Amino acid sequence: MNAGAAATSSEAASTETPVFDRIYTLVAELTYRCPLRCPYCSNPLDYQARKDELGTEDWQRVLREASELGALQINLTGGEPLLRQDLEQIVAEAARLDAFVNLITSGLPLERERLAALKQAGVNSVQVSIQGPDEASSDRMAGTRSFQHKLQVARWVKELGLPLTLNFVLHRENLNRVAEIVALAEELSADRLELANTQYLGWALSNRTALLPSRAQLDAARLVARAAKERLKGRMEILFVLPDYYSDRPKACMSGWGQRYVVVTPQGLALPCHLAQTLPNLTFENVRDRSLSEIWFESASFKAFRGEAWMPEPCKSCERRSIDYGGCRCQAFHLTGDATQTDPVCSLAPTHGLIQAARSNVAAPEVLIPLRYRGAREARG
Amino acid sequence: MNHAEDQPRVASKAKLRLDPKTGKKVLLSPEKGLVLNGSAEKILGLCDGQRSFQQIVTELAQAHGHAQEQVERDTAAFLDQLAERGLIEGWSR
Repeated sequence: MNAGAAATSSEAASTETPVFDRIYTLVAELTYRCPLRCPYCSNPLDYQARKDELGTEDWQRVLREASELGALQINLTGGEPLLRQDLEQIVAEAARLDAFVNLITSGLPLERERLAALKQAGVNSVQVSIQGPDEASSDRMAGTRSFQHKLQVARWVKELGLPLTLNFVLHRENLNRVAEIVALAEELSADRLELANTQYLGWALSNRTALLPSRAQLDAARLVARAAKERLKGRMEILFVLPDYYSDRPKACMSGWGQRYVVVTPQGLALPCHLAQTLPNLTFENVRDRSLSEIWFESASFKAFRGEAWMPEPCKSCERRSIDYGGCRCQAFHLTGDATQTDPVCSLAPTHGLIQAARSNVAAPEVLIPLRYRGAREARG
Repeated sequence: MNHAEDQPRVASKAKLRLDPKTGKKVLLSPEKGLVLNGSAEKILGLCDGQRSFQQIVTELAQAHGHAQEQVERDTAAFLDQLAERGLIEGWSR
Protein backbone atom coordinates (compact mmCIF):
# COMPACT_ATOMS: atom_id res chain seq x y z
CA MET A 1 0.00 0.00 0.00
CA ASN A 2 2.73 2.37 1.00
CA ALA A 3 0.37 4.95 2.40
CA GLY A 4 2.13 8.10 3.28
CA ALA A 5 2.10 11.77 3.52
CA ALA A 6 4.71 14.37 2.90
CA ALA A 7 4.85 17.52 4.95
CA THR A 8 4.25 20.65 2.91
CA SER A 9 6.48 22.49 5.31
CA SER A 10 9.70 22.52 3.38
CA GLU A 11 12.05 20.83 5.80
CA ALA A 12 13.69 18.78 3.12
CA ALA A 13 15.87 20.47 0.59
CA SER A 14 14.79 19.86 -2.94
CA THR A 15 17.28 19.24 -5.66
CA GLU A 16 14.80 20.31 -8.32
CA THR A 17 14.78 23.88 -9.53
CA PRO A 18 12.05 25.58 -7.52
CA VAL A 19 9.31 27.20 -9.56
CA PHE A 20 7.64 29.62 -7.14
CA ASP A 21 4.38 29.11 -8.97
CA ARG A 22 2.04 29.35 -6.03
CA ILE A 23 1.63 30.32 -2.40
CA TYR A 24 0.53 28.12 0.49
CA THR A 25 -0.30 30.64 3.19
CA LEU A 26 -1.69 34.14 3.27
CA VAL A 27 -0.88 36.10 6.40
CA ALA A 28 -3.53 38.79 6.60
CA GLU A 29 -2.53 41.52 9.04
CA LEU A 30 -5.97 43.06 9.40
CA THR A 31 -4.90 45.96 11.59
CA TYR A 32 -1.87 47.21 13.50
CA ARG A 33 -4.12 48.41 16.32
CA CYS A 34 -3.78 46.30 19.48
CA PRO A 35 -4.74 46.62 23.15
CA LEU A 36 -1.42 45.00 24.11
CA ARG A 37 1.95 46.75 24.14
CA CYS A 38 4.38 43.82 23.97
CA PRO A 39 8.01 44.91 23.71
CA TYR A 40 8.69 42.20 21.10
CA CYS A 41 5.79 43.02 18.80
CA SER A 42 6.38 41.96 15.18
CA ASN A 43 4.69 45.05 13.76
CA PRO A 44 6.98 47.78 12.42
CA LEU A 45 8.24 50.43 14.84
CA ASP A 46 6.44 53.14 12.90
CA TYR A 47 3.11 51.31 12.81
CA GLN A 48 1.27 54.35 14.17
CA ALA A 49 2.18 56.34 11.08
CA ARG A 50 0.60 53.73 8.87
CA LYS A 51 -3.08 54.49 8.58
CA ASP A 52 -5.82 53.92 6.00
CA GLU A 53 -6.66 50.25 6.56
CA LEU A 54 -8.09 48.14 3.77
CA GLY A 55 -11.87 47.87 3.83
CA THR A 56 -14.00 44.76 4.06
CA GLU A 57 -14.42 44.28 0.32
CA ASP A 58 -10.73 44.81 -0.33
CA TRP A 59 -9.89 42.07 2.17
CA GLN A 60 -12.47 39.72 0.72
CA ARG A 61 -10.99 40.26 -2.73
CA VAL A 62 -7.46 39.68 -1.39
CA LEU A 63 -8.62 36.39 0.11
CA ARG A 64 -10.08 35.32 -3.25
CA GLU A 65 -6.86 36.30 -5.04
CA ALA A 66 -4.79 34.40 -2.47
CA SER A 67 -6.96 31.33 -2.89
CA GLU A 68 -6.57 31.47 -6.67
CA LEU A 69 -2.83 31.75 -6.13
CA GLY A 70 -2.95 28.50 -4.14
CA ALA A 71 -3.32 29.57 -0.51
CA LEU A 72 -4.66 26.70 1.59
CA GLN A 73 -4.13 28.42 4.92
CA ILE A 74 -5.29 31.89 5.83
CA ASN A 75 -3.90 33.40 9.02
CA LEU A 76 -5.92 36.32 10.31
CA THR A 77 -3.69 38.36 12.52
CA GLY A 78 -2.64 41.93 13.30
CA GLY A 79 -2.20 43.82 15.60
CA GLU A 80 -5.37 42.50 17.06
CA PRO A 81 -7.78 41.21 14.38
CA LEU A 82 -10.70 41.32 16.83
CA LEU A 83 -10.57 45.11 16.61
CA ARG A 84 -11.97 44.79 13.10
CA GLN A 85 -15.74 45.02 13.39
CA ASP A 86 -16.00 43.23 10.04
CA LEU A 87 -13.89 40.23 11.12
CA GLU A 88 -16.89 37.90 10.81
CA GLN A 89 -17.39 38.92 7.16
CA ILE A 90 -13.71 38.41 6.40
CA VAL A 91 -13.75 35.00 8.08
CA ALA A 92 -16.86 34.00 6.17
CA GLU A 93 -15.19 34.73 2.84
CA ALA A 94 -12.10 32.73 3.82
CA ALA A 95 -14.33 29.83 4.85
CA ARG A 96 -16.29 30.05 1.59
CA LEU A 97 -12.96 29.56 -0.20
CA ASP A 98 -12.47 26.38 1.87
CA ALA A 99 -9.23 27.69 3.39
CA PHE A 100 -8.06 26.58 6.80
CA VAL A 101 -8.76 29.72 8.83
CA ASN A 102 -6.45 30.45 11.75
CA LEU A 103 -7.44 33.29 14.06
CA ILE A 104 -4.32 34.63 15.74
CA THR A 105 -5.30 36.79 18.66
CA SER A 106 -4.40 38.30 22.02
CA GLY A 107 -7.90 37.36 23.17
CA LEU A 108 -8.81 41.01 23.80
CA PRO A 109 -11.44 42.30 23.45
CA LEU A 110 -13.56 39.17 23.15
CA GLU A 111 -16.72 37.80 24.66
CA ARG A 112 -17.97 34.25 24.35
CA GLU A 113 -20.82 35.21 22.02
CA ARG A 114 -18.51 36.79 19.49
CA LEU A 115 -16.19 33.80 19.57
CA ALA A 116 -19.19 31.55 18.89
CA ALA A 117 -20.15 33.83 15.97
CA LEU A 118 -16.61 33.61 14.59
CA LYS A 119 -16.74 29.84 14.81
CA GLN A 120 -20.08 29.92 13.04
CA ALA A 121 -18.54 32.13 10.34
CA GLY A 122 -15.85 29.50 9.72
CA VAL A 123 -12.82 29.91 11.98
CA ASN A 124 -11.00 26.54 12.08
CA SER A 125 -8.52 27.19 14.87
CA VAL A 126 -7.66 29.85 17.41
CA GLN A 127 -4.20 30.84 18.56
CA VAL A 128 -4.14 32.83 21.77
CA SER A 129 -0.96 34.58 22.84
CA ILE A 130 -0.08 34.62 26.53
CA GLN A 131 2.92 36.59 27.72
CA GLY A 132 3.93 34.58 30.78
CA PRO A 133 2.95 31.67 33.05
CA ASP A 134 1.28 33.85 35.69
CA GLU A 135 -0.59 37.11 35.97
CA ALA A 136 2.32 39.27 37.08
CA SER A 137 4.77 38.16 34.39
CA SER A 138 2.21 38.06 31.59
CA ASP A 139 0.72 41.45 32.36
CA ARG A 140 4.19 42.96 32.69
CA MET A 141 5.11 41.88 29.16
CA ALA A 142 1.72 42.69 27.66
CA GLY A 143 1.92 46.15 29.22
CA THR A 144 -1.71 45.85 30.23
CA ARG A 145 -3.95 43.71 32.44
CA SER A 146 -4.91 40.82 30.25
CA PHE A 147 -3.82 37.47 31.71
CA GLN A 148 -7.08 36.47 33.40
CA HIS A 149 -9.15 37.31 30.36
CA LYS A 150 -6.80 35.33 28.11
CA LEU A 151 -7.35 32.25 30.27
CA GLN A 152 -11.08 32.77 29.98
CA VAL A 153 -10.82 33.05 26.20
CA ALA A 154 -8.71 29.88 26.03
CA ARG A 155 -11.40 28.01 27.98
CA TRP A 156 -14.12 29.31 25.66
CA VAL A 157 -12.14 28.16 22.63
CA LYS A 158 -12.13 24.62 24.03
CA GLU A 159 -15.75 24.76 25.19
CA LEU A 160 -16.79 25.71 21.67
CA GLY A 161 -14.90 22.73 20.29
CA LEU A 162 -12.24 24.69 18.44
CA PRO A 163 -8.59 23.62 18.42
CA LEU A 164 -6.54 25.79 20.74
CA THR A 165 -2.97 26.86 20.12
CA LEU A 166 -1.23 28.80 22.87
CA ASN A 167 1.69 30.95 21.84
CA PHE A 168 4.32 32.06 24.33
CA VAL A 169 7.21 34.20 23.22
CA LEU A 170 10.28 33.13 25.18
CA HIS A 171 12.99 35.46 26.44
CA ARG A 172 15.39 36.03 29.33
CA GLU A 173 12.62 36.71 31.84
CA ASN A 174 10.52 33.59 31.23
CA LEU A 175 12.85 30.93 29.77
CA ASN A 176 13.42 29.54 33.27
CA ARG A 177 9.67 29.02 33.56
CA VAL A 178 8.95 26.75 30.62
CA ALA A 179 7.78 23.96 32.97
CA GLU A 180 5.13 26.33 34.40
CA ILE A 181 4.14 27.38 30.90
CA VAL A 182 3.66 23.74 29.87
CA ALA A 183 1.61 23.11 33.04
CA LEU A 184 -0.63 26.07 32.21
CA ALA A 185 -1.09 24.83 28.65
CA GLU A 186 -2.04 21.40 30.02
CA GLU A 187 -4.51 22.93 32.45
CA LEU A 188 -6.12 24.78 29.54
CA SER A 189 -6.12 21.59 27.40
CA ALA A 190 -4.27 23.29 24.57
CA ASP A 191 -3.95 21.18 21.44
CA ARG A 192 -0.79 22.92 20.46
CA LEU A 193 1.82 24.93 22.32
CA GLU A 194 4.21 27.23 20.54
CA LEU A 195 7.27 28.09 22.57
CA ALA A 196 8.71 30.69 20.28
CA ASN A 197 12.00 32.24 21.20
CA THR A 198 12.09 35.95 20.48
CA GLN A 199 13.16 36.94 17.01
CA TYR A 200 15.33 40.04 17.43
CA LEU A 201 13.85 42.37 14.89
CA GLY A 202 11.75 45.51 15.17
CA TRP A 203 10.55 46.09 18.72
CA ALA A 204 12.43 43.06 20.01
CA LEU A 205 15.70 44.33 18.55
CA SER A 206 15.24 47.61 20.38
CA ASN A 207 14.66 45.56 23.57
CA ARG A 208 17.37 43.03 22.94
CA THR A 209 19.34 43.67 26.12
CA ALA A 210 16.22 43.07 28.19
CA LEU A 211 15.15 39.97 26.28
CA LEU A 212 18.22 38.05 25.12
CA PRO A 213 18.85 34.95 27.28
CA SER A 214 22.09 33.14 28.01
CA ARG A 215 22.96 29.88 26.33
CA ALA A 216 22.71 28.05 29.67
CA GLN A 217 19.18 29.33 30.17
CA LEU A 218 18.22 28.33 26.69
CA ASP A 219 19.72 24.84 26.92
CA ALA A 220 17.90 24.17 30.20
CA ALA A 221 14.60 25.32 28.71
CA ARG A 222 15.11 23.20 25.65
CA LEU A 223 15.50 20.08 27.81
CA VAL A 224 12.27 20.87 29.67
CA ALA A 225 10.44 21.38 26.38
CA ARG A 226 11.82 18.18 24.91
CA ALA A 227 10.69 16.10 27.90
CA ALA A 228 7.24 17.68 27.80
CA LYS A 229 6.97 17.05 24.09
CA GLU A 230 7.71 13.36 24.58
CA ARG A 231 5.36 13.04 27.56
CA LEU A 232 2.44 14.78 25.81
CA LYS A 233 2.81 13.17 22.40
CA GLY A 234 -0.56 12.66 20.77
CA ARG A 235 -2.29 14.97 23.27
CA MET A 236 -0.51 18.27 22.86
CA GLU A 237 1.86 19.21 20.11
CA ILE A 238 4.78 21.24 21.41
CA LEU A 239 6.91 23.39 19.18
CA PHE A 240 10.12 24.84 20.51
CA VAL A 241 11.23 27.46 18.03
CA LEU A 242 14.99 27.78 18.37
CA PRO A 243 16.46 31.22 18.71
CA ASP A 244 18.76 31.84 15.80
CA TYR A 245 21.18 33.86 17.95
CA TYR A 246 22.26 30.53 19.45
CA SER A 247 22.26 28.48 16.29
CA ASP A 248 25.28 28.12 14.05
CA ARG A 249 23.14 28.38 10.96
CA PRO A 250 20.32 30.75 10.08
CA LYS A 251 16.67 29.91 9.70
CA ALA A 252 14.93 29.61 6.39
CA CYS A 253 13.04 32.81 7.06
CA MET A 254 9.41 32.43 5.87
CA SER A 255 10.62 29.18 4.22
CA GLY A 256 12.45 31.36 1.72
CA TRP A 257 11.73 34.82 0.36
CA GLY A 258 8.71 34.79 -1.93
CA GLN A 259 8.43 31.02 -1.92
CA ARG A 260 5.41 30.03 0.14
CA TYR A 261 4.00 33.01 2.01
CA VAL A 262 2.49 36.38 1.28
CA VAL A 263 1.93 38.85 4.09
CA VAL A 264 -0.56 41.62 3.39
CA THR A 265 -0.29 44.58 5.76
CA PRO A 266 -3.29 46.49 7.12
CA GLN A 267 -2.70 49.14 4.45
CA GLY A 268 -2.53 46.61 1.64
CA LEU A 269 1.19 46.20 0.99
CA ALA A 270 2.00 42.68 -0.21
CA LEU A 271 5.22 41.50 1.44
CA PRO A 272 7.38 38.37 1.53
CA CYS A 273 7.65 38.75 5.34
CA HIS A 274 6.22 40.88 8.14
CA LEU A 275 9.05 43.37 8.25
CA ALA A 276 10.13 43.48 4.61
CA GLN A 277 8.78 47.01 4.32
CA THR A 278 11.62 48.16 6.58
CA LEU A 279 14.20 47.20 3.93
CA PRO A 280 15.57 50.01 1.79
CA ASN A 281 15.71 50.14 -2.01
CA LEU A 282 12.70 47.89 -2.44
CA THR A 283 9.32 49.11 -3.54
CA PHE A 284 6.49 46.96 -2.30
CA GLU A 285 3.25 47.04 -4.18
CA ASN A 286 -0.24 47.49 -2.88
CA VAL A 287 -3.13 45.11 -3.41
CA ARG A 288 -5.23 48.19 -4.11
CA ASP A 289 -3.21 48.73 -7.30
CA ARG A 290 -2.38 45.24 -8.55
CA SER A 291 -3.67 41.72 -8.02
CA LEU A 292 -1.84 39.45 -5.63
CA SER A 293 -0.98 37.19 -8.53
CA GLU A 294 0.63 40.00 -10.54
CA ILE A 295 2.59 41.05 -7.47
CA TRP A 296 3.72 37.49 -6.72
CA PHE A 297 4.90 36.75 -10.24
CA GLU A 298 6.05 40.16 -11.50
CA SER A 299 6.96 42.43 -8.62
CA ALA A 300 10.67 43.23 -8.43
CA SER A 301 10.46 43.15 -4.65
CA PHE A 302 9.32 39.53 -4.61
CA LYS A 303 12.04 38.60 -7.08
CA ALA A 304 14.75 40.47 -5.21
CA PHE A 305 15.79 37.64 -2.86
CA ARG A 306 13.90 34.74 -4.36
CA GLY A 307 16.03 31.72 -5.14
CA GLU A 308 19.82 31.94 -5.12
CA ALA A 309 20.90 34.43 -7.78
CA TRP A 310 21.18 37.34 -5.32
CA MET A 311 23.43 35.49 -2.87
CA PRO A 312 26.88 36.66 -1.81
CA GLU A 313 29.60 34.35 -0.56
CA PRO A 314 29.70 32.37 1.66
CA CYS A 315 26.07 31.55 0.76
CA LYS A 316 26.54 31.22 -2.97
CA SER A 317 28.73 28.13 -2.72
CA CYS A 318 27.29 26.82 0.55
CA GLU A 319 25.68 23.39 0.54
CA ARG A 320 22.92 24.73 2.79
CA ARG A 321 21.90 27.53 0.43
CA SER A 322 18.73 25.71 -0.63
CA ILE A 323 17.91 24.86 2.98
CA ASP A 324 18.21 28.23 4.71
CA TYR A 325 18.27 30.56 1.68
CA GLY A 326 20.88 32.72 3.35
CA GLY A 327 18.66 33.38 6.37
CA CYS A 328 16.69 36.50 7.18
CA ARG A 329 17.05 39.54 4.93
CA CYS A 330 15.64 41.87 7.58
CA GLN A 331 18.12 40.60 10.17
CA ALA A 332 20.96 41.12 7.70
CA PHE A 333 19.86 44.69 7.04
CA HIS A 334 19.06 45.71 10.60
CA LEU A 335 22.35 44.38 11.95
CA THR A 336 24.76 45.10 9.09
CA GLY A 337 23.03 47.86 7.15
CA ASP A 338 23.02 45.69 4.01
CA ALA A 339 20.09 43.42 3.17
CA THR A 340 22.17 41.42 0.67
CA GLN A 341 24.61 40.18 3.32
CA THR A 342 24.57 36.65 4.72
CA ASP A 343 22.43 36.60 7.85
CA PRO A 344 24.91 37.41 10.66
CA VAL A 345 23.61 34.55 12.82
CA CYS A 346 25.43 32.19 10.46
CA SER A 347 28.83 31.38 11.96
CA LEU A 348 30.26 31.54 8.41
CA ALA A 349 29.05 35.12 7.91
CA PRO A 350 31.78 37.78 7.92
CA THR A 351 29.60 39.83 10.27
CA HIS A 352 28.97 37.00 12.76
CA GLY A 353 30.94 38.96 15.37
CA LEU A 354 27.86 41.16 15.84
CA ILE A 355 25.95 38.16 17.19
CA GLN A 356 28.86 36.97 19.30
CA ALA A 357 29.12 40.42 20.85
CA ALA A 358 25.41 40.42 21.72
CA ARG A 359 25.69 36.94 23.24
CA SER A 360 28.67 37.92 25.37
CA ASN A 361 26.71 40.67 27.05
CA VAL A 362 23.69 38.94 28.54
CA ALA A 363 22.08 39.97 31.82
CA ALA A 364 21.14 37.44 34.51
CA PRO A 365 17.54 36.19 34.42
CA GLU A 366 16.60 37.84 37.71
CA VAL A 367 17.74 41.32 36.68
CA LEU A 368 14.79 43.38 35.50
CA ILE A 369 15.75 45.69 32.67
CA PRO A 370 13.27 48.42 31.70
CA LEU A 371 11.27 47.52 28.62
CA ARG A 372 10.48 49.79 25.75
CA TYR A 373 6.82 49.10 25.26
CA ARG A 374 5.13 49.26 21.92
CA GLY A 375 3.09 52.41 21.58
CA ALA A 376 5.28 54.42 23.90
CA ARG A 377 5.80 57.98 22.79
CA GLU A 378 9.36 57.43 21.60
CA ALA A 379 8.06 54.88 19.08
CA ARG A 380 9.59 56.17 15.91
CA GLY A 381 10.98 53.97 13.18
CA MET B 1 -3.05 -2.60 20.29
CA ASN B 2 -6.23 -4.09 18.85
CA HIS B 3 -7.89 -1.58 16.56
CA ALA B 4 -10.56 -3.82 15.05
CA GLU B 5 -13.48 -1.97 16.64
CA ASP B 6 -11.99 1.51 16.30
CA GLN B 7 -13.98 3.93 14.17
CA PRO B 8 -11.36 6.44 13.05
CA ARG B 9 -12.24 9.81 11.58
CA VAL B 10 -10.39 12.97 10.63
CA ALA B 11 -9.93 15.05 13.80
CA SER B 12 -12.18 18.04 14.22
CA LYS B 13 -9.09 20.25 14.27
CA ALA B 14 -8.10 19.13 10.77
CA LYS B 15 -9.58 19.72 7.36
CA LEU B 16 -9.32 17.41 4.37
CA ARG B 17 -9.56 19.15 1.03
CA LEU B 18 -8.36 19.09 -2.53
CA ASP B 19 -5.39 21.22 -3.48
CA PRO B 20 -6.46 22.40 -6.95
CA LYS B 21 -2.85 23.31 -7.83
CA THR B 22 -1.70 19.69 -7.58
CA GLY B 23 -4.91 17.66 -7.80
CA LYS B 24 -3.92 15.97 -4.54
CA LYS B 25 -5.77 15.84 -1.25
CA VAL B 26 -4.22 17.70 1.66
CA LEU B 27 -4.89 17.32 5.35
CA LEU B 28 -4.76 20.78 6.86
CA SER B 29 -4.30 21.62 10.52
CA PRO B 30 -3.04 24.71 12.33
CA GLU B 31 0.03 25.97 10.43
CA LYS B 32 0.51 22.59 8.70
CA GLY B 33 -0.49 20.71 5.62
CA LEU B 34 0.12 17.07 4.76
CA VAL B 35 0.00 16.11 1.11
CA LEU B 36 -1.64 12.69 0.82
CA ASN B 37 -0.55 10.10 -1.70
CA GLY B 38 -3.16 7.93 -3.41
CA SER B 39 -3.19 5.19 -0.77
CA ALA B 40 -3.40 7.67 2.09
CA GLU B 41 -6.28 9.42 0.38
CA LYS B 42 -8.16 6.14 -0.05
CA ILE B 43 -7.68 5.24 3.60
CA LEU B 44 -8.84 8.61 4.88
CA GLY B 45 -11.77 8.50 2.48
CA LEU B 46 -13.06 5.51 4.44
CA CYS B 47 -12.33 6.97 7.88
CA ASP B 48 -15.79 8.41 8.38
CA GLY B 49 -16.27 7.60 12.07
CA GLN B 50 -18.87 4.99 11.07
CA ARG B 51 -16.82 2.20 9.53
CA SER B 52 -14.76 0.10 11.92
CA PHE B 53 -11.08 -0.41 11.24
CA GLN B 54 -11.92 -4.02 10.40
CA GLN B 55 -14.37 -2.88 7.72
CA ILE B 56 -11.94 -0.33 6.35
CA VAL B 57 -9.22 -2.94 5.97
CA THR B 58 -11.59 -5.41 4.33
CA GLU B 59 -12.83 -2.82 1.84
CA LEU B 60 -9.31 -1.69 0.95
CA ALA B 61 -8.05 -5.25 0.53
CA GLN B 62 -10.98 -6.20 -1.69
CA ALA B 63 -10.78 -3.05 -3.78
CA HIS B 64 -7.09 -3.53 -4.55
CA GLY B 65 -6.71 -7.29 -4.38
CA HIS B 66 -4.04 -7.05 -1.68
CA ALA B 67 -3.53 -9.45 1.20
CA GLN B 68 -5.65 -8.52 4.20
CA GLU B 69 -2.71 -8.78 6.63
CA GLN B 70 -0.49 -6.48 4.62
CA VAL B 71 -3.26 -3.88 4.25
CA GLU B 72 -4.00 -4.05 7.94
CA ARG B 73 -0.37 -3.49 8.88
CA ASP B 74 0.18 -0.57 6.49
CA THR B 75 -3.12 1.11 7.32
CA ALA B 76 -2.56 0.83 11.07
CA ALA B 77 0.94 2.27 10.70
CA PHE B 78 -0.40 5.23 8.73
CA LEU B 79 -3.20 5.90 11.20
CA ASP B 80 -0.74 5.65 14.10
CA GLN B 81 1.33 8.38 12.48
CA LEU B 82 -1.69 10.61 12.10
CA ALA B 83 -2.84 9.92 15.65
CA GLU B 84 0.56 10.91 16.96
CA ARG B 85 0.04 14.30 15.33
CA GLY B 86 -3.50 14.51 16.65
CA LEU B 87 -4.95 14.42 13.15
CA ILE B 88 -7.41 11.57 13.64
CA GLU B 89 -9.86 10.71 16.40
CA GLY B 90 -11.49 7.44 17.34
CA TRP B 91 -8.18 5.56 17.23
CA SER B 92 -7.02 3.75 20.38
CA ARG B 93 -3.55 4.45 21.63
